[in-house]
Amino acid sequence: MKDILNRLAEIVGEEHVSNQPEEIFYYARDPGLMPPHNPDYVVLPRTSEQVQKIVLLAKEEKIPLVPMGAGMALTGLIIPLKGGIVIDMKRMNRILEVNEKARYAIVEGGTSQGALKAYLEKHYPRLRHSVPDAPATATIAANVVIHGQGRLTQQYGFNSDMVSGLEVVLPSGKICKIGSSSLSSAWFSKGAPLPDLSGLFLGWFGTTGIITKVALKLYPRKRFRDVDVFVTDSEELVPEMVYELTHTEMAEDINVFSQPLPMIFKDNHHITIFITGDTDEELEFKRKMIWDALDPYIKSKDGGFMGVPPTMKPTFLDMPQRSVSRFADVKKGGGFEYSGPIILVEKYPQCTGKIRELASKYDLAYSAMARIIGRGHCMMFGFAFTFNRSDPGMMERTRKALSEVSEFVLEMGGVFWKPTVDEQKMALNKMDPNTLSILRMIKENLDPYGIMNPGNWEVA
Amino acid sequence: MYKLHFDENICKKCPTGDCLIKCQYLDIEKNQVKDEMVKIAQGKDSFVLEQCVTCYGCEEYCRRGNHPFYLITEKRDEKGILTSPRAITKQWINIGEPRGKYQLGEIKEKILSFGFMPEFLDMVKGKLFEDLMPSYVFGQEFFCNVVYLHFANTQIIKQRLPMVVENFRKLGVEEVVFMHDECYGAFSSLAPAYGIEVPFKPIHYFEYLYQRLKDLASDIKPLNINVAYQRPCSSRLSPDKHRYVPKIMNLIGANLVEREYQDENALCCGGIFAMDYGYSLAHDVQEKNLEDMVAHGAEYCVFNCPACQNTLGEKVRKRGLKPIHMVDLCRMALGETPKMEE
Ligand SMILES: Cc1cc2nc3c(=O)[nH]c(=O)nc-3n(C[C@H](O)[C@H](O)[C@H](O)COP(=O)(O)OP(=O)(O)OC[C@H]3O[C@@H](n4cnc5c(N)ncnc54)[C@H](O)[C@@H]3O)c2cc1C
Repeated sequence: MKDILNRLAEIVGEEHVSNQPEEIFYYARDPGLMPPHNPDYVVLPRTSEQVQKIVLLAKEEKIPLVPMGAGMALTGLIIPLKGGIVIDMKRMNRILEVNEKARYAIVEGGTSQGALKAYLEKHYPRLRHSVPDAPATATIAANVVIHGQGRLTQQYGFNSDMVSGLEVVLPSGKICKIGSSSLSSAWFSKGAPLPDLSGLFLGWFGTTGIITKVALKLYPRKRFRDVDVFVTDSEELVPEMVYELTHTEMAEDINVFSQPLPMIFKDNHHITIFITGDTDEELEFKRKMIWDALDPYIKSKDGGFMGVPPTMKPTFLDMPQRSVSRFADVKKGGGFEYSGPIILVEKYPQCTGKIRELASKYDLAYSAMARIIGRGHCMMFGFAFTFNRSDPGMMERTRKALSEVSEFVLEMGGVFWKPTVDEQKMALNKMDPNTLSILRMIKENLDPYGIMNPGNWEVA
Repeated sequence: MYKLHFDENICKKCPTGDCLIKCQYLDIEKNQVKDEMVKIAQGKDSFVLEQCVTCYGCEEYCRRGNHPFYLITEKRDEKGILTSPRAITKQWINIGEPRGKYQLGEIKEKILSFGFMPEFLDMVKGKLFEDLMPSYVFGQEFFCNVVYLHFANTQIIKQRLPMVVENFRKLGVEEVVFMHDECYGAFSSLAPAYGIEVPFKPIHYFEYLYQRLKDLASDIKPLNINVAYQRPCSSRLSPDKHRYVPKIMNLIGANLVEREYQDENALCCGGIFAMDYGYSLAHDVQEKNLEDMVAHGAEYCVFNCPACQNTLGEKVRKRGLKPIHMVDLCRMALGETPKMEE
């Protein structure tokens, strides 16, 4: 054991490795509901070569390796279920390149969302990336690994669709480039026109390799940004309202939320529509298109745009939206978890019905929040519950509610997003056996000793 | 249940039909007005019930003491004619629900009422209010609920207003200075129209400001600025208080530009129009209004109602005018820093 610690220290330096109880305690858990499990070591590499050496060591010693960003995925994906080494990627936080004209950035595997956002605002004010509402410390690599979604998802798809290249340390220890960067110095595509190998890593939760570099597509950042909120009391109309809205192609982002508190939000569903423009004219043109698209519902009195007072606008326009984190602590005690299946927008009424039913059955505080993905192609519907960590009864009730959500999601034809280990098993059970066998082939070939984030995507 | 005092005979004998003829949003001939108002009073259908955009204007245009707007609202409510999307109405009703979270200052016989407008918590300070502050109330428990006229929901007003009256009564206050027209209108116009007894003397804050400015006359430094005044819908419930606007402007040396959309001809800020009727009506009215302000050389747009300021403030600024509340304008004349510049 001592030997491993020393060998890790040789790779990253003594101050960047630990097996001390306070660190072990911290790295054993995330803010969600999954039970903790101790790692044996925690290590913070600085370079791809250090990651490579750690992987080679783990391979040699058959020790589990768990890559970790900010640990904010909430569903236990960074809990070292079988112990081993947690590789905390935070020190690999350099922004390596911004290609302004081709609109992409290359960042290291531990770079946070906040760091890239701040960097672009300062140095490239006309560029932006798709910022998720996770706390700003959340990392870009982990977010694409779990197929996250952000402010530009309604326009360009999952944040992982915006990846334009990867550098990965494979479980074999090889450092591998994915996409155009495999044969060019330009990182403009993660696959096309080559075979797209990014799928061997995106969505795999670190079970097939550790991402040490990500290239991410950037998009125009307009000078102005505004928000309008359409409210309706008819949940069954939300899907068609979203259809009309996405048809305009005018919105930056479209979210839908409903929650019983504060009172201003009670009884209604809120379609939050963000717009951007370089001029007032552009902004106003988009606003008019959007309002006109929903005009029939205003006429039929099925919905209307609420007046958003200037004091409330910053809360909506915040990036990331801190209100999400504030909601996470309404019960105090900092417990927050959501199940966020990816599901058809037409299932919105069933989903909101379900969350209300569960909140009342288990006496929980809830918030339902959906983010539209693509032009209404699907949505992430967040069944979010907040709980007090010092109240085991409340935690148990939340666990039960979320487990009912999992069953419900599959019934509704949805697919789990960043699934817990139990949900992963449910998904694998339900999956087409031929698809499963491809996954198995990939996993067995890339990670023959099963050392990469074991317990997750256990297909072998 | 409270019943509206409305006398259809007054309409039958009305020589002018001003209530609807003067309406800026309805298209109606003079010879139709009487018939329509009588039809409405008798509970029959009328296109007015469908088309009224709730600007409150007719409460002022009628000079014969009848309450055309209250009647229209009452009848719409009875017939279930929605003015506003259901969700918007629900939202507003939920916001106004008493939750026991009100604030009381040091209550004296005379108090200031901020209703349920948090803006006043920051705004009401300085020499102008030395006499009264911190004798104030704020919160849903003291919110007049008159805004629900916009949503054609008189039931909620009749249910909640008496409770609000009771809350004031329990404080044992004698005079209440209302910082918002709607609250003042609730106790000076609407409550009497429904026979709800008011156990204190309502005072409009314009009247209070005017008196205070006179007391502080020697501290006033004339502002020498051109201002446009954005008159709110609820000012129509107490048109007699509107005359304080030029008087106050005179005292503080602000030049009220002579523009088309002022006084009786004032236009709505568009906030309610946007919520209830969508883009076009609100946008057109706002454009006309703003262009009128600009064309007449206004440097400031003075608001009486914080909700109008929320709706129009940014748009006014984009046209190169400074949005400012009446209280802040008066404080500026006293050499104090208005909220917008703090
Ligand atoms: C309040 C709140 C709001 C949120 N809102 C959003 C949102 O709007 N959109 C959204 O997408 N998510 C959201 N999330 C979920 C989550 O926080 C984000 O997706 C976040 O980007 C995850 O990043 P992380 O660094 O915390 O990941 P972690 O939890 O550290 O890791 C997630 C997974 O990625 C793996 N991993 C980490 N780094 C690497 C690497 N370099 N190589 C390979 N695998 C790796 C881990 O092993 C793990 O399986 C929210 C979370 C919270 C708490």
